[in-house]
Amino acid sequence: MLPELKVVALVSIGQHIKSGRFQRADQDARAVELGLKLRGVDLTVLHAGSADEPVLRRYLGAGLKAITVLEQPAKADIVGPMCEYLNEQGAQIILAGTKAECGEASGMIPYLVGERLGWPVVSRVADILSVANGEAEILQALPRGQRRLLKVRLPFVASVDNAADAPRQSAFGPGQRGHIHRVQAAVVADELSASWTQVPAKKRPKRLAVVKAKSAADRFKAATAKSQGAGGVVLQAEAPREQAQAIVDLLLEEGLIQ
Amino acid sequence: MSFDDGEELRRRDPRVEHILRNRLHPQHESLISAPAETRGPSGLVRKNPHQIGFIGPNGLKRIDRLAGNGPVLGRDVRAAKVKTEALRPLVSIAQAEQFVVAVMDMVGGRLTAHDKDVLGQAQQLAAEIPEVCAVVAVVFGAVKEDAFELAGVDRLIHLRGEDYQGYCPEQSIAALQVIDQKLSPRFWLFPDSVHGAGELGLRLAARLQERPATQAWQVSSEKTTFRGGSQRTDICVDTPRLLLLAEESAAPIEDTRHEVVPMSELTEDLAAQVLPCIKDGGQVAVDPKQISLAEAEFILAAGNGITDWEQFHSASEILRATEGASRVAVDDGLMPRNTQVGATGTWVSARVYIAVGISGAVQHLQGIASCDKVIAINTDAGCDMVKRADLSVIGDSQEILAELIQLCELRQEQEMKQGVEHVA
Ligand SMILES: Cc1cc2nc3c(=O)[nH]c(=O)nc-3n(C[C@H](O)[C@H](O)[C@H](O)COP(=O)(O)OP(=O)(O)OC[C@H]3O[C@@H](n4cnc5c(N)ncnc54)[C@H](O)[C@@H]3O)c2cc1C
Repeated sequence: MLPELKVVALVSIGQHIKSGRFQRADQDARAVELGLKLRGVDLTVLHAGSADEPVLRRYLGAGLKAITVLEQPAKADIVGPMCEYLNEQGAQIILAGTKAECGEASGMIPYLVGERLGWPVVSRVADILSVANGEAEILQALPRGQRRLLKVRLPFVASVDNAADAPRQSAFGPGQRGHIHRVQAAVVADELSASWTQVPAKKRPKRLAVVKAKSAADRFKAATAKSQGAGGVVLQAEAPREQAQAIVDLLLEEGLIQ
Repeated sequence: MSFDDGEELRRRDPRVEHILRNRLHPQHESLISAPAETRGPSGLVRKNPHQIGFIGPNGLKRIDRLAGNGPVLGRDVRAAKVKTEALRPLVSIAQAEQFVVAVMDMVGGRLTAHDKDVLGQAQQLAAEIPEVCAVVAVVFGAVKEDAFELAGVDRLIHLRGEDYQGYCPEQSIAALQVIDQKLSPRFWLFPDSVHGAGELGLRLAARLQERPATQAWQVSSEKTTFRGGSQRTDICVDTPRLLLLAEESAAPIEDTRHEVVPMSELTEDLAAQVLPCIKDGGQVAVDPKQISLAEAEFILAAGNGITDWEQFHSASEILRATEGASRVAVDDGLMPRNTQVGATGTWVSARVYIAVGISGAVQHLQGIASCDKVIAINTDAGCDMVKRADLSVIGDSQEILAELIQLCELRQEQEMKQGVEHVA
């Protein structure tokens, strides 16, 4: 834990993917968890929106002392006021989720904040290993469970991936006792999104495999073709040594062993 | 009838067959393929004057002065047709006034299916623009792809060199910004994926202070529909200049070939002048047991045919593979429940899946449907797993695993030795 470090976690209101119930946003909760690991319960958690949102209590239920809320109306551009506040507070590490769970969910917030403050943005963070001498060692999540080591100078913005540690459970009592600290902030209206039309999402059609055959014979072949399964190489009579060698060769070809 | 020989269809011609049967038919002579020149028993060349030439279409006798080297009449011409790959028509754009720029993921140096969809969308948008418009693909790092022309790339910007190795978002963004200034593209397209290009799209949008559409799945040059958070809403907007496309937003290019002209004049002065704040420390070795089965790249799975479990675990350790299991192995308490692969377990997407002593029940095969390469180790050559596998090894699992472990140990020893020599 690093008591002298100023860590801020940005949180939003999440939504359950099937039921639509409002909840802690998963990635934001993971960002809070990572912040708790770095900074302990003194972590600053910042939400821009309404302070009366009941979901904020769910974040507090993870054992936080307080949440800071920049009071903003529903359709507002929160980046400017938020950056101003972050600058005032002298934040050094800003943690956010990769993507929001409701609304536009473009995942732009970390990049906009980073751009406005002129800080580097590290995406898809799985863990922050250490912060020392003004430099942080970060594990970045790659597809297929792989990880990459990055080194970044403070201050920076990090977007937290689903691969980060799961958030601790939220307890009701501490959630009710936690303090919600309201901060008045300027309001910048988001005019563009006012002109958008929003409808509930329809299921997207699956792409069909269209047969582009030029002759009747081709179409016949496409319609009657057996689904692959032509069978691969079968090594039956070879000695176990040769069989194992064949497997090793294939793994080498695929680059899975060196 | 079998169509196994591909395009080369052999068709019967009843008329020719009839002529061949009928010795009195005027064309009979020219169709039977007795050679006009034969070497007689004494070794001299004999000409049969009746067989020289053939009856032409107007009933007159014709002599083939090409001496049989010309096209042979009467044979089934269609049957003799050589199989040729039909070349797609080439689309070439000499002078482009507008550009649609697409940044590619290039996983493993090759275009992904998502990349190809993005290029298809780029070509659709280019066609909607009234001016002459070229699709520019931007790729970073080492490239192994050789089919850019078939994917719909008119111009190619390839950023290579040390600056673009590994994770380098700051350098890449600086390059994209220069491209933006020089070409002022009508649209920027990115695949909205986890492979890097999607992130570049967001970074570029932040840098240019433009609002992108993410997870866009219905795009025309006028209107765009994109998915909101948790896939719950569709938002319809006027098409922005920066678009991050969802998978399958448009069909890939299938009918045309494109020129792939390198834009070398652009790439020359793109040498990055940025001082990166993010340093790439390279990929770290991950314990394969920590990787969740669903995303694992390499799985060694055990079934009822495993007798020595210690050996199986050491094999997975030395191969650095994630462990999987069939339901029987799990039900017998030999493997934990979360390793079960199949209909009631995990649906895996490994690149290589080794099934040791697994018979290949449908419920199991369903779970490995999206695996690339399957290797089966089994005593039964007729089992369903062998039919599914790309490489099957028939024999006792214990013996083969033992050999496999030995081979890997040998390789590791050799490597150690080489390493020592390098140091010395
Ligand atoms: C509703 C339902 C859901 C199911 N869901 C799943 C599921 O999700 N996943 C799943 O896996 N199964 C599932 N099953 C079970 C499935 O039908 C099969 O029973 C199971 O997959 C068989 O496992 P196995 O291949 O390991 O065993 P077996 O069928 O017993 O096969 C053992 C194989 O090992 C070979 N063998 C034996 N000895 C050796 C040796 N010494 N060396 C090498 N090979 C040897 C044999 O030739 C045989 O091919 C489900 C079944 C039902 C009814």
